[in-house]
Amino acid sequence: MNRDAPLVLGIETSCDETGVGIVRGTELLANVIASSMDEHARYGGVVPEVAARAHLEALGPAITAALAEARVELDDLDAVAVTSGPGLAGALMVGVGAAKALALSIDRPIYAVNHLVGHVGADLLDDERPLETPTVALLVSGGHTSLLLVRDLVSDVELLGETIDDAAGEAFDKVARLLGLPYPGGPEVDRAAVGGDPAAIRFPRGLTQPKDLLAHRYDFSFSGLKTAVARWVEQREAAGEPVPLADVAASFREAVVDVLVGKAIGACAELGVPRLLLGGGVVANARLRQVAEERADAAGVALRIPPLSLCTDNGAMIAALGAQLVMAGHAPSALGFGADSTLPVTEIQV
Amino acid sequence: MLLAIDTSTGTSVAVVDRDRGSGDLRCLAETGTDDTMRHAEVIGDFIRDALADAGVRPSGLSGVAGGMGPGPFTGLRVGIAAARTFALGIRRPFVPVVSHDAIAWAWYRDGGSGPLQVVTDARRREFAVSGYDGLDDELLPRRTGGPQLAPRDDVPATTGARLDATIVPARAIGMLAELAFSAGRLPLAGQAPLYLRAPDVTPSAGKRVLQ
Ligand SMILES: [Zn+2]
Repeated sequence: MNRDAPLVLGIETSCDETGVGIVRGTELLANVIASSMDEHARYGGVVPEVAARAHLEALGPAITAALAEARVELDDLDAVAVTSGPGLAGALMVGVGAAKALALSIDRPIYAVNHLVGHVGADLLDDERPLETPTVALLVSGGHTSLLLVRDLVSDVELLGETIDDAAGEAFDKVARLLGLPYPGGPEVDRAAVGGDPAAIRFPRGLTQPKDLLAHRYDFSFSGLKTAVARWVEQREAAGEPVPLADVAASFREAVVDVLVGKAIGACAELGVPRLLLGGGVVANARLRQVAEERADAAGVALRIPPLSLCTDNGAMIAALGAQLVMAGHAPSALGFGADSTLPVTEIQV
Repeated sequence: MLLAIDTSTGTSVAVVDRDRGSGDLRCLAETGTDDTMRHAEVIGDFIRDALADAGVRPSGLSGVAGGMGPGPFTGLRVGIAAARTFALGIRRPFVPVVSHDAIAWAWYRDGGSGPLQVVTDARRREFAVSGYDGLDDELLPRRTGGPQLAPRDDVPATTGARLDATIVPARAIGMLAELAFSAGRLPLAGQAPLYLRAPDVTPSAGKRVLQ
């Protein structure tokens, strides 16, 4: 096997994106994503069974498309990588079953990897600058909100904190719904917030009070914020007053962004790590990127944001992490691994 | 020579072959479990072991047969995903088979006769049920009804035998596929999994506060 620049195909099915990516070492060759987002829109959130059914149908065509995009043959591959967790169990199992079969069919090793660490690995594919460690990583999507300390991508990742209730993306979806906006909520809230005053309403910042910081210094909570928005809107309606949608949307978004960036930059300062990496679909939020840039600049923290196509869930990041494991000389995963919906970040490879 | 996979109940993987001269069907290897919770964990080892036991390399296979259900969704998908992807990997056809058909075919081949009702667990106090009346001229099972869901205490009456199956042997999936292939009767089933049930969803009661 080529251990200097292995050709790895990565399969990602942890949520509603069917991702198949191909990398050669740290070079991105293909990144094919089939999303079932539209099928979830009418339910206002990801429906696990709908996502799993969509993965099953999308996976084969995505593998074929990725091979064509990368201009390689299956026989050229050095290894197969797949997300073992965390994520939706039924969705993960489709990728796990397919990846094992693919690896066996071409007689190549398989690397079962951690989805969250994969988000960090995505940054390796940005050929401008290599990923530097240690780095703090803030991973924000509809399925997870996690703050990691990455000392070494393939051997030393620590969970600093995570959401104790809703993921940030989920908070956007739920608030969008209560404001009468469609799914997915992130871009809709963004649109509604145009021209709004982010300081118009002081919505609560979850787990930022001194008493919370003891036990939940780097944890997040968004369910209280969602309730606060709902109550604020209801009170306005009960009083017969108009609801200033732009102000509500901008103030809500500001509360989310403030907590996310505040805790991430805080971790950089407190741990003495002058690097912050963003990942996850919520990175698409322009206000999050803007505030992160401002505060990282002010704190002397180098901020890295991979291209959006590598921030949302994708197979290329899984392939990239798999390639790192190969390059670091790690043994392949034993074939008996399963889907682990709560896989801890400390388990980089299963 | 086919690799056959079924995860509509437990997990079963087999390698089967049909002798070109005599037409005899042979099972070269079969491995499985009736555990209905660990399809994703065991599928890889079972495929590897079946191929090793049969002494066959992936490139020696002419296709992959897969049971399309009916069966509980999460486990069923693991086998279909594996079978389709293995076929993709060796650039050979994927042959979908109705899992109940394989059970019925094996029952008639082993001497059963008359009407047969195949019943498997569909969870949620329901069974998946298919009806058969025998094998046709080419020895393929003739399905007269189903697969369909029925309440456990209200399965349609049958004048013949009722077979409650807890495992679908992959060898039967593969042998049925081999027979159908040599009889020119493919496809035996559609490419879509036999879920028989719409996904569970809780549509949101979206509240519009602004126009
Ligand atoms: Zn993700």
